[in-house]
Amino acid sequence: MTDNIPQTDAEHVAASRPKKLRLVRLFLWSAVALLGGGLLFMMVSEKDRETVEQDNYAGSVGGPFALTAPDGSIVTDQTLKGKPFAIFFGFTRCPDVCPTTLSRLTKLRKEMGEDGNKFEIVFVSVDPEYDSPEDVGRYIALFGTPIIGLTGSSKEIADTAKAYHAFYEKVPVEGGDYTIDHSAGVYLMDAEGNLQSIIDYHEKLETSLAKLKRLVG
Amino acid sequence: MPVRSIFAAAALTGVVLLSACDPAPEAEAPAESETASSQINISNAWSRETAEGQDAGGAFMTIANTGDGADRLLGGTTPVAQEVQVHTVDMTGGVMRMRQLKDGLEIPAGGTVMLAPGNFHIMLMQLKHPLEQETTVPITLQFEKAGDVAVELVVQPVGSEGPMGNDHD
Repeated sequence: MTDNIPQTDAEHVAASRPKKLRLVRLFLWSAVALLGGGLLFMMVSEKDRETVEQDNYAGSVGGPFALTAPDGSIVTDQTLKGKPFAIFFGFTRCPDVCPTTLSRLTKLRKEMGEDGNKFEIVFVSVDPEYDSPEDVGRYIALFGTPIIGLTGSSKEIADTAKAYHAFYEKVPVEGGDYTIDHSAGVYLMDAEGNLQSIIDYHEKLETSLAKLKRLVG
Repeated sequence: MPVRSIFAAAALTGVVLLSACDPAPEAEAPAESETASSQINISNAWSRETAEGQDAGGAFMTIANTGDGADRLLGGTTPVAQEVQVHTVDMTGGVMRMRQLKDGLEIPAGGTVMLAPGNFHIMLMQLKHPLEQETTVPITLQFEKAGDVAVELVVQPVGSEGPMGNDHD
């Protein structure tokens, strides 16, 4: 409106209306763009943060442990080195999630054919009080595929779970018995013993299969 | 980045946020009258084989209540286990938490409740002997209103995720 060019009233109105509208429109679109850009930035930075967190986590999962196999032999992280493995924490008296997870791993291994033998399945009991090496041996034998079933003293199991950032906690139930809350994910570890990915209980079998293929690939 | 993609991303974010705010649909229990009664029908009752020394097993089934009053599954008895409890499984945060439903499991009037792996189940505790596949196990379930209901559990291989040994998904 600071134009020095003389204009008639009619000309002035005709010229300034669209200009005003244009300004309003520009302002509105800028607001939308800023808002959208802001949201996008938030999305991107959130994603970055997740990736960083996952990477940090990946480096810290796994580590030294020593547990007992059903035949009485000691299995350590060094014993497992050189071959990828899928490690799962559970207990033999878990009637639901544990057998489901182990039998899914068995099915997936069979589906992979030859490649299915290129990784070990490791089951670690988080119930040292109840699960003897023999109990674990009889339990894993149900699944009809070679599984390295491990148990140990309370401390040995606590140390192993800590190395894998696996959670477990004994919870009393009515009648003097107890159940155990525990991490239900399957940690997929490469031949060097580093975490590659985690199989979630709720994911589709195809997703788990792709992860296992990548593990042995 | 083209402006249009930013708008699209913003719009998409809006949609995602909106759908995330959508409350999960909840089953509404019909109003119960004084004379309401429950009628319990149990189908596809099954269990999983267990190893020797593994002294707990799960039992799964479909429970339908065709009556006009809600009922509750409280527990039961079976010759193969010392104790029968109704449990639920919570998998929040990737942690398996199994809990006894001390007040039982509601079976709404006209409703059907599935007891399945990773969800509600009946826990057979302190098994007296291992459950062998291709056998059946009798169990008497106790309901608050319908009283005792007897069923036979078909013992499936350990890898089963359903009454017919069907797979996941």
